[in-house]
Amino acid sequence: MIELSGVTATYPGASAPVLRDVDLTVERGELLLVVGATGSGKSTLLATLTGRFPHTTGGELRGSVRVAGRDTRTHRPRDLADVVGVVGQDPEATFVTGTVEEELAYTLEQLGVPSTAMRTRVEAVLDQLGLARLRATPLDALSGGEQQRVAIGAVLTAHPQVLVMDEPTSALDPAAAEDVLAAVHRLVHDLGLTVVLAEHRIERVAGLADRVALVEGGTVRVGTPAEVLPGYRGAPPVVRLGELAGWSPVPVTVREARRQAPDLVARLGPAPARVTHAGEQVLTASRLSVRHGAVEAVRSVDLSLRRGEVVALMGRNGAGKSSLMWALQGTGRRHGGRVRLLPDGVDPAGLSPAAARARLALLPQPASDLLYLPDVAAECRAADDGVARGRTRAELDALVPGVPDDAHPRDLSEGQRLALALAVQLAAEPGIALLDEPTRGLDADAKTALAARLRGIAEESRTVVVATHDVEFAAVVADRVLLMADGEVVADGAAHEVLTSTPLLAPQVATVLPGSGALTVADVAERLAEVAP
Amino acid sequence: MTTTAERVAPAAVLRPGRALHPLAWWAWALALAAALSRVTNPVGVLLLAAAVVVVVLACRGDDRWGRAFRGYLVLAGVVVAVRVVFHALVGLDGGGPVLLDLPGVALPTWAGGIDLLGPVRLTGLLHALYGGLALGTLLLCFGAANSLSDPVRALRALPAALHPLGTAVVVAVTVAPRLVTSFARVRRAQRLRGVAPTGRRGVQATVVPVLGDALDHALALAASMDSRGYARSDRPSRGVGAALTVALLAAVVGTYGLLDAQAPSWLGAPMLVGGAVVAVAAGAAAGRRSRRTRYRPDPWGWRETAVAVCGVLAAVLALTDPVLRQTGLPGPPPLSWQALAAAVVAAVPALLRVRSGER
Repeated sequence: MIELSGVTATYPGASAPVLRDVDLTVERGELLLVVGATGSGKSTLLATLTGRFPHTTGGELRGSVRVAGRDTRTHRPRDLADVVGVVGQDPEATFVTGTVEEELAYTLEQLGVPSTAMRTRVEAVLDQLGLARLRATPLDALSGGEQQRVAIGAVLTAHPQVLVMDEPTSALDPAAAEDVLAAVHRLVHDLGLTVVLAEHRIERVAGLADRVALVEGGTVRVGTPAEVLPGYRGAPPVVRLGELAGWSPVPVTVREARRQAPDLVARLGPAPARVTHAGEQVLTASRLSVRHGAVEAVRSVDLSLRRGEVVALMGRNGAGKSSLMWALQGTGRRHGGRVRLLPDGVDPAGLSPAAARARLALLPQPASDLLYLPDVAAECRAADDGVARGRTRAELDALVPGVPDDAHPRDLSEGQRLALALAVQLAAEPGIALLDEPTRGLDADAKTALAARLRGIAEESRTVVVATHDVEFAAVVADRVLLMADGEVVADGAAHEVLTSTPLLAPQVATVLPGSGALTVADVAERLAEVAP
Repeated sequence: MTTTAERVAPAAVLRPGRALHPLAWWAWALALAAALSRVTNPVGVLLLAAAVVVVVLACRGDDRWGRAFRGYLVLAGVVVAVRVVFHALVGLDGGGPVLLDLPGVALPTWAGGIDLLGPVRLTGLLHALYGGLALGTLLLCFGAANSLSDPVRALRALPAALHPLGTAVVVAVTVAPRLVTSFARVRRAQRLRGVAPTGRRGVQATVVPVLGDALDHALALAASMDSRGYARSDRPSRGVGAALTVALLAAVVGTYGLLDAQAPSWLGAPMLVGGAVVAVAAGAAAGRRSRRTRYRPDPWGWRETAVAVCGVLAAVLALTDPVLRQTGLPGPPPLSWQALAAAVVAAVPALLRVRSGER
């Protein structure tokens, strides 16, 4: 179905190619998972399949790419529209029409499909993806998961043979991500669709993939998940757990891992008693409410933050996490309740922006909203305003060393850009740092660096609140988890309690090793080192 | 998922019958607007305005377009008020008994020597009121067309040659709110950094991320449209472009010919008509070259024809009645059976709609 032979891809003005001499064959009906760090050439590989490289992006392509028998050299993306469906990370950015039904029909209109056939195909897709009740809904009234399913449906109506998806679940909460992946899984089974899917967070997808293509430094290694994933830094926790425990074959899914787990559970023994070492309170909020029009985003929330803890704020998209953070910081709207910074009891809403920055910082989502200057050095200088010179650069180096001074913030990788924005916000050394979805789009290394820095901040007796959908990240970084639903805090407790309370929130290690109290592979390694003589 | 469905479904379910073809409403509204441009008789104007309001109230859907009609009503009221207030402020007195004796203020000659305020007389005031009413009602006609038909659907009904234009408008309609939210989001984010939202630095801090965001969005949208086959079935032709240019030039020359009394007569109407013929022919040719199809095109049935005919008939009745072009000032406005008939005919679509909903 897809045949790449001897593909070398070079962007205009680049000194070295992004992809070097890549050979890859994907069979009909196969689900190929593409993994790799940011900048490894993963997106370029996908772009060669859709014809966007080089037709849209520019650049030089050597070798040949054939998709469903068509050479992308002679076929522009629009000429592939009937065989290749493309789904991106942000569905909202790709919508062309106003309602679900029209969006599903758009490709068909462009392809000149007769209107009777169009009608049947749209109805079929509405059923396949469970969108029938939403047919007349305006696209902007849909939730994130629904939007992504509409984006998939909009390319499915054209009856493509290949579906190319670039991080389709990275912006979704766990439930919505499951929803979208279940839909993809069904399509592969029912329609025999060939799917090429790139993703950073692969815990949920790895089990669905027939093969995995690991893109590293411009080359591609392909094999079954159990062959390729061991040793890869972004591998799901079960794979790393399997490696640690010496299981063979290495499990890829939680189900496979469970079968081999009993021995390890016995070796680890029962969960050890945990000592909580949180310090005194640094912030209290009482009866905090936020409304957006008729929607009550935050309903009378009481909460307190303590010195030296990392709190993960979790919950569905739209549960009120961002509104709560903005209200705590004081810049966001607040319709009731009060927030007091301790020990002096000051309300951050009453502080000037400059003064507030030194007490509690908020990293918004997207973090790039903060950046506006032409290069990294200028951003750092601007952020040093009112604090010691070089503070921002030092923060940046602590997080990601070696970001060039003269780079434009927009040209940085996702991880570097986040690091820069975070450094800007942390330069004034606030006692409390609030981070809104910082892990979106980060690869494994960037996430590890971020987790290490957040732990570091907590060890300096400062407080971190991080909103995230990434269960594994929360398991690594958080002491305490706040779970929000419909504007209310529905669970507030130690990470190991809240994260194991519902299956959807449970990290893989906790699911595989129930009762052991371990949440991450690092926990298991530490415990094994203790029990081993 | 279910919440969205429940939130949105009622509007679609409660709406009686299917929506009429948008161009039917536009034909009805434009015919009435054409008639109103010549009607000065206030009774006639008010009767037609009432007909428009009745039809909109009976036929509008419960969507944002339908709800926007209130805005047009307010706007029409503002037009009438402005007209009357300006008459009192700078208008000529126009005769009749004095209603309000305001002190006059003579502006100095360098300001044009205009007399402000002064006595307000009945005839002049009524004249201004009638003029305002006619203008406000004209505006209501356009508001009615916009409220009764989704503008996006109306654009979809345009000939194939205008498809790119329609797409551009639809994209703009969806992008504009996104730009506004992006602007608000960035300003809020910059406050977190301690950047004051004013001054050169503040403007730069807002504009740069917003524009960057908008450009990223535009590129993503373009790539997506390309991958979904946009413009795939077009085989661009130089002939069509040239013909459209000729038609445009003919329109310019023809308009000049009509407006300039000294211009030779062949330069006016014939030029305009000729230009229109070329434009239609080029559009049809471009339409034939495109293999694009339309999903669920709005069908044109007897109800559409009836609505359009009602509009045209009402316009003909209004335009052929000399009484409707008399204001009757300084006396009361004259009345005629034809004015009443025009309004009744214009309001017929309201009945039509109700009946179709019951079926």
